[in-house]
Amino acid sequence: MAERAAVGSVRAGLERLGAAVTARILRLGFASRFFAYMLLHSGVALRRFALTVREIYFAGVLSLIIILVSGLFVGMVLGLQGYETLQRYGSSEALGILVALSLVRELGPVVAGLLFASRAGSAITAEIGLMKATEQIAAMEMMAVDPIARVVAPRFWAGVISMPLLAALFSAMGIFGGWLVGVQLIGVDEGAFWSQMQASVDFREDVLNGVIKSVVFGVAVSWIAVFEGYDAPPTAEGVSRATTRTVVTSSLAILALDFVLTAFMFTGGNAR
Amino acid sequence: MKRSTIDAWVGAFVAAGFGALLFLALKVGNLASFGPEDAYQVQAKFANIGGLKVRAPVKSAGVVVGRVTDIRFDNESYEAIVTLSIASRYQFPRDTAAKILTSGLLGEQYIGLEAGGDGVMLKNGDRLRLTQSAVVLENLISQFLYSRAAEGREEKDAKK
Repeated sequence: MAERAAVGSVRAGLERLGAAVTARILRLGFASRFFAYMLLHSGVALRRFALTVREIYFAGVLSLIIILVSGLFVGMVLGLQGYETLQRYGSSEALGILVALSLVRELGPVVAGLLFASRAGSAITAEIGLMKATEQIAAMEMMAVDPIARVVAPRFWAGVISMPLLAALFSAMGIFGGWLVGVQLIGVDEGAFWSQMQASVDFREDVLNGVIKSVVFGVAVSWIAVFEGYDAPPTAEGVSRATTRTVVTSSLAILALDFVLTAFMFTGGNAR
Repeated sequence: MKRSTIDAWVGAFVAAGFGALLFLALKVGNLASFGPEDAYQVQAKFANIGGLKVRAPVKSAGVVVGRVTDIRFDNESYEAIVTLSIASRYQFPRDTAAKILTSGLLGEQYIGLEAGGDGVMLKNGDRLRLTQSAVVLENLISQFLYSRAAEGREEKDAKK
């Protein structure tokens, strides 16, 4: 009898595991279908661009303060810490390189992406989820208005457009912060700060790759945010859980994608 | 909020974003220094390039005049062929010498050009004849040890 009970509990555990895996795969399949459908029905969002501009205001302009202030502080911390380490080797003039490369290549896209996910991504999910809970989405369908074309696609494109601009602003602000601390506060030579930076930051290799990264993160975060909102159970609890999932999933997606992209883009000196 | 206000804010946001990109390209990056169009390519053969990398600067009298664009291995002479891209506004005589040098103790390696006295200037596709390879630390140490050993033997011979 005890044997049979043990086999039964193992079997139940396996079944639960299998069900969880299948549910994830089904959800991923639905998300991909949703993504393809949204791309195919983006015509309205791009033709009636005022819809998208409105969403750029909510996703991009309202995220400006947090992006600019975080960028400034991240750059200032980089300035302080970088100087602390570099002056041990007597090469504090390389501070400009350190600040610029770490911001343009990694911190700009990644930290701006994380902030964007928690500031704008969660708002998008909550908004679409609430529209679903209050049956606005269903009402649109009744009026033969495609909610994906009218509500979802503009928010997606707004996120994709805003994200690279926010990342560029973050990097620029961070370099300004590094300059503020390094040159103005500590007294690193200003000429060396800028000239060494310009000598080692390549436009195509570093700046453009950073922009590509931020576009990829923008697509990932916006996709996750609109999908979680659209897929949220139409209850108060469902919307709150969907919002949490947006932030968690998109943060993990940003970090994982960043590793993959970095491995492709920066494979070290001679490999080309 | 009125639509025109939103438009104004979004316009300002997009302008600021592109301004930041322009700042990254021109002030932070090296897009302004020279584009690929106004440059000529020169090749140089080195027996050993040490740690020289693609994109390393090419300097003459300490001023950056170009960049290393390609490093290849020549399977016939067993030497490295380095392609230098030099900005067209800098012209060098044909007998210019190229050396691989290191900036500072921990610095990166770069190519130093020393202008010669020939009246004919370098043009696209030319090859630099006079080159000096990178200094490899192990070779330097082994030379030092060898000369010390040789000195020791001489002293021994003198005592006999």
